[in-house]
Amino acid sequence: MATTATAHVTKSWSGGKSPFNVEYGKLMMWYFLMSDAFTFGAFLISYGTIRFSTNGWPDPNEVFRSFPFAPEGVHAPLVFVSIMTFILIISSVTMVLAVQAGHNMDKKGVTKNLIWTIIGGIAFLSCQAWEWNHLHHEGAWWGSNPFLNHDGTASSTNFTNYFFTITGFHGFHVFSGVIINIIMLIMTLTDKFEQRGHYLMIEKAGLYWHFVDLVWVFVFTCFYLI
Amino acid sequence: MSHTAEHDEHAGGGTKEIIKVTVILTVLTIVELILGFWMIGIPLEQSSFRLAIKGTIVILMMAKAFYIVAYFMHLKHEFKNLIMTICVPLALFIWFITAFLYDGNSFRNLRNTYDPHFKEQSTIKIEKKEEATHGEAKHADEKHTEEKKVEEKAGH
Repeated sequence: MATTATAHVTKSWSGGKSPFNVEYGKLMMWYFLMSDAFTFGAFLISYGTIRFSTNGWPDPNEVFRSFPFAPEGVHAPLVFVSIMTFILIISSVTMVLAVQAGHNMDKKGVTKNLIWTIIGGIAFLSCQAWEWNHLHHEGAWWGSNPFLNHDGTASSTNFTNYFFTITGFHGFHVFSGVIINIIMLIMTLTDKFEQRGHYLMIEKAGLYWHFVDLVWVFVFTCFYLI
Repeated sequence: MSHTAEHDEHAGGGTKEIIKVTVILTVLTIVELILGFWMIGIPLEQSSFRLAIKGTIVILMMAKAFYIVAYFMHLKHEFKNLIMTICVPLALFIWFITAFLYDGNSFRNLRNTYDPHFKEQSTIKIEKKEEATHGEAKHADEKHTEEKKVEEKAGH
């Protein structure tokens, strides 16, 4: 085995070195995110299985077509959710910039970009709260589905159950991500990281935040587009 | 620690890379949305065409996931050991998705073949009711109970 392994691998596993070259917290964050990926994967695959075993399914363009402050009768499918998607992508970008500023020990840059990320997260949560509230007014909730299937036949409550459970679980992740980012902001402002001499903690919070964005890519596709 | 610093230096392309990935993610999302809007106008009967568009959207979704994980989460610039540790277990998803979706599809086929009630239920069209207008919770509730009745009728 040793003969086939490249020099680089032999070097990193022969002791005295960190084989992954990341610190403990970051590695554990990766492991946590992997387990979280399986949780979300299980949710989405369960949703897919039920959808595949049903003859009809509601049309997302029929269900998600409202927009805040839009006049009565105006339908805008996909518009609101695409705004939510862009909010999350942009907040992910500002998080990368915060991590990068942390690498350069740039406290001002970290603070600025963290604030933008927090604003993005809160904006996304507000959008989701509005959408949930709107759907609830239309009679959709766990256990009740006012929408018909795309082909005009009666729909089951599976649709709303999965929608609220999965977007709710994702929304909870966004919420905890915002809390983590606020804690990071407080730690930055109180010079905790300056005292430590590094901003590696921001990187771990960043990983979590990007994961939230990653999950939204899947949720967005599975519920709104397909 | 000195090794880490050395590794970080040649890792990642800095701000330029971030901008590049942002543009790629935006473009992919816009293409996805265009496909989504396009699909609104395609009737249900053209199911294979719709399926092809959905497949394209899923491929674009995977591309977006790759860019987020590889560049934003920086995985591409980590050691190969770490990349393998994260990615190999996730390969389970290939089986996970294939097996479960196949199972769901097979269950539907079985029910359509052997459960006449299930089959019949999915062919009865329901008259489209008036839309519940925003804010009229009472109206929505009425509609909701009506829906329940229909469901019960169909269910028993």
